[in-house]
Amino acid sequence: MVMLSPLELTIASVLLFLSIALLAPILAFRQKYLVTISFVASAAASLLAAAAGFLCVSSGSTASMTLPIGLPDLPFYIRLDPLSGFFVFLVALLGFIISIYSIEYVRAFTARRSATSLVVFYCMFMAGMLLVLISADAYFFMVSWEIMAASSFFLVCFEDDHPSNRRAAFLYILMAHIGAIFILISFGLMAGFAKGFEDFSGFSFQAIRSSQIPHGWASIAFLLAFFGFAAKAGIFPLHAWLPEAHPAAPSNVSALMSGAMLKIAVYGLLRVSFDLLEITDWWWGGVVLIFGLLSAIMGVIYALLQNDLKRLLAYSSVENVGIIFVCIGLAMIFTSFNMGLLASLALIAGLYHSLNHAMFKGLLFMGAGAILHSTHQRNMEHMGGLIHKLKWTAPLFLVGCLSIAGLPPFNGFVSEWLAFQSFLLSPALPSGLLNLLIPLGAALLALTAALAARCFVKVYGVSFLGQWRSNQQVQVHEVGWPMRLGMLLAASACLGLGIFPTYVLGWMDIIPEGLIGTKISLSAAASGWLWLTPVAADRASYSAPLVFFGLFAIILSVYVIFRSRTTPVRRAPAWDCGFGYVTSRMQYNSTSFSMPTRRLYGFLFNIKESVKSGVNPYFPMFNNRFLYHLKIRDRVWHIFYKPFADAAFWLARRASRLQHGKIQLYLLYSFVTLIALLVFS
Amino acid sequence: MRDSVYPILIESLQVITVLIGAPLFAGWIKALKCWSQGRSSAGVLQPFRDLSRLFIKETVLAENASWIFTATPYIVFGSAVVAGAIIPVLSVDLPLSAMADIIALVAIFAIARFFLALAGMDTGTAFGGMGSSREMMIASLAEPAVLMSVFTVSLVSSSTSLSHMAHVLTSHTIELRPSLAFALMSFVMIALAETGRIPVDNPSTHLELTMIHEAMTLEYSGRHLALIEWASMMKLFLFAALGIACFFPWGIAGANEIWMLPAAVLLLVLKLALIGVFIVFIETMFAKMRIFRVPEFLGMSFLLATLGMISFFILES
Repeated sequence: MVMLSPLELTIASVLLFLSIALLAPILAFRQKYLVTISFVASAAASLLAAAAGFLCVSSGSTASMTLPIGLPDLPFYIRLDPLSGFFVFLVALLGFIISIYSIEYVRAFTARRSATSLVVFYCMFMAGMLLVLISADAYFFMVSWEIMAASSFFLVCFEDDHPSNRRAAFLYILMAHIGAIFILISFGLMAGFAKGFEDFSGFSFQAIRSSQIPHGWASIAFLLAFFGFAAKAGIFPLHAWLPEAHPAAPSNVSALMSGAMLKIAVYGLLRVSFDLLEITDWWWGGVVLIFGLLSAIMGVIYALLQNDLKRLLAYSSVENVGIIFVCIGLAMIFTSFNMGLLASLALIAGLYHSLNHAMFKGLLFMGAGAILHSTHQRNMEHMGGLIHKLKWTAPLFLVGCLSIAGLPPFNGFVSEWLAFQSFLLSPALPSGLLNLLIPLGAALLALTAALAARCFVKVYGVSFLGQWRSNQQVQVHEVGWPMRLGMLLAASACLGLGIFPTYVLGWMDIIPEGLIGTKISLSAAASGWLWLTPVAADRASYSAPLVFFGLFAIILSVYVIFRSRTTPVRRAPAWDCGFGYVTSRMQYNSTSFSMPTRRLYGFLFNIKESVKSGVNPYFPMFNNRFLYHLKIRDRVWHIFYKPFADAAFWLARRASRLQHGKIQLYLLYSFVTLIALLVFS
Repeated sequence: MRDSVYPILIESLQVITVLIGAPLFAGWIKALKCWSQGRSSAGVLQPFRDLSRLFIKETVLAENASWIFTATPYIVFGSAVVAGAIIPVLSVDLPLSAMADIIALVAIFAIARFFLALAGMDTGTAFGGMGSSREMMIASLAEPAVLMSVFTVSLVSSSTSLSHMAHVLTSHTIELRPSLAFALMSFVMIALAETGRIPVDNPSTHLELTMIHEAMTLEYSGRHLALIEWASMMKLFLFAALGIACFFPWGIAGANEIWMLPAAVLLLVLKLALIGVFIVFIETMFAKMRIFRVPEFLGMSFLLATLGMISFFILES
């Protein structure tokens, strides 16, 4: 047997994905087989890529290749280094889990509509993401970027019978392209300075890396790339598309978009800033840090106010990507001051949080899909008491909530801990603004973490606990094995990443070494696998295994000691204040749980709240009907989205004047274009 | 031999101190409050009698309660014990103290709160949800404020490990730092909020509309209630101990100073007694705040803590 290199394995996986996408229509008339076979195959393909990514990072190898396809003079360069390898692993691991989950989840669609397009574009989407990660020239990068964006557009509008989904998909593709234009211009600038605008070879990353870009132009290129990638990552205030598009997509796709696609943008930012441009000024990091903080705090407050479970999760992605950007911003600041160790620590924190977010957000979206699957309900106001019915989903979803709330021993805590450490270890920096920014950043990060815990208490408490809130009774049934298995895998990944961070850090330590030139593992490994000591044992230490086993053992022994059988346990109705009848409508629901938040942070939103009461003609003292109306809108919507959407439609209408449906006119257009090109070239 | 036994001994001594000391401390505060208001008290040992009575009593579960509800008392109590094993109360020579630093300690308290809030919503009554919503509102401001104020201390001692922080503070000469003053002010305010004392919450109220912590645990009874009550006494004790370790660590025995232990016990009792007097002073002087004044109170302490950290970066380093 021939051993394939990680790069070849990744290519094999991409080819497998593309061939599934090509072959899927053959089975279109046997939907059940199509779904099972294609998702099993895409799980296998993901596994290949995950193995490739893992091996690439653990061996620290870099391989590159030139593909014999593409335009003349413009071959496709591909390259797999530890940074791409890490993200390949992240995307493929999530892809593997979600492919298993999809076997059952997508089957439910086949009763209503053909799932062929979902299968085809799912595989194209996976292939597109992997291609972005391994592309090593600007041209191929943009082509793959477009494959990823276009296929996810079709996934978002898969259920196109709802007008709202079509609108969400339009908004998505619009914002994706505005971002892509920025990235394209940024690459154009870099390539122009690499080899001049006449030479195509300047487009390869190798040429850009070795070129000397004037300082001012580098800053412009960085800012363009930052805003391009930030639009894709859903950074505030460019996030307007995200809470529309992610809920509209089928849940498995939302999991993939939130967990994996946003990380591709993170990868792009890292690639451009650390590798291609090489950070020079501290304010680059400052920009990333400020935008990261803004979206972390705004994302979580927006999330708290949502009632739609999937919208809430989407806003929480804005928050988590914000946290990742905060870490990256810190790493950039430290890099610009040549503080290698601190920069590596912050970068590792950001990467670790990317991996964690992929796992727990994937898990939570899969859980939301499971709820949708079994109750046909996305609105939390109508849920409740699902813990009694969904015996598997409930504990697995709880793991996701605990992880995202940053509670030990789960993974969210580890990356949060690393992020706080990089803030706390920061010495006084040679800039007064930064000395103000770093404590404020730590404060906002702490506030974000606490608000996230509040948000996920609400999610779990309202949807899984209490009693069923809706007036309609529905038959709730537990999901089947493939969906359980998908969630179980993600939940164990959350726990594993939370308990054994030392191994993970040792594994990915090669990445900052490649980008910044320093690694942290020397100090971490000195205290053994049990202890996470990023800098020195007396500065900070956290032993995830001991905390886990300590908590587990103590809780277990408390249970054994105090759970004596001699005192009886009785079930009785809950206390009703002597009122006589307590209905499930009297419980706190999602709106009432977040009422204090609305009061505290309401000024950030566009809130319309009104209460109307109808007077009872017989007893004027008592109102007999209350109508409560609440509408919460993103303020950003009118500033950042509507002008763009209107401009796009305006342009489209103008452009449509060229359209007459007469072949002669079209031929004339081409002729004029040709003449113009000949004249000006 | 001594090297392996001594840490275990210290660790178990500490856990026992926390377990026994917490009800004593709560009893001391209650007795003091009675005396200050001219009532006769039931004695310092009354919390022990309450707890033992609750352990014997029958446990009643609400009809809708799920496994979250029954597991929560054990998780809350267990995490309080773990926190008790981490904060240096008597000696900085704690083997388990390195297991989790202050960030992890705050997170361990957060686990307990997370589950308590879930348990409040589990029974499906209006009270539980109200308690959970309010508690999480308070927590969402108090937790970052705690973090910021202990971060300031950790910047001063350039470590986030509690034992190390206490050690650095005791072994250096006393100097007045503005950052620590800000941090202390903020810490006092949040400690009152976190442990559910007046002016934020009132542990002895059962008036329906003013309850916060009590509303979440309203449906608990029997041994479940005993565990939760004991855990909240431990939380009060531990916040006092955390304040002592961060701001007044003088007297905590250093590494390998076994002869210091009796003095450490004595000083601990003295400090706790004083803290009790302080708490009772506040509780008799102030009235409980309206619920929507609480965010202002907490926001102010958050601001103070952030100011402390900023003043460290700008003035002191």
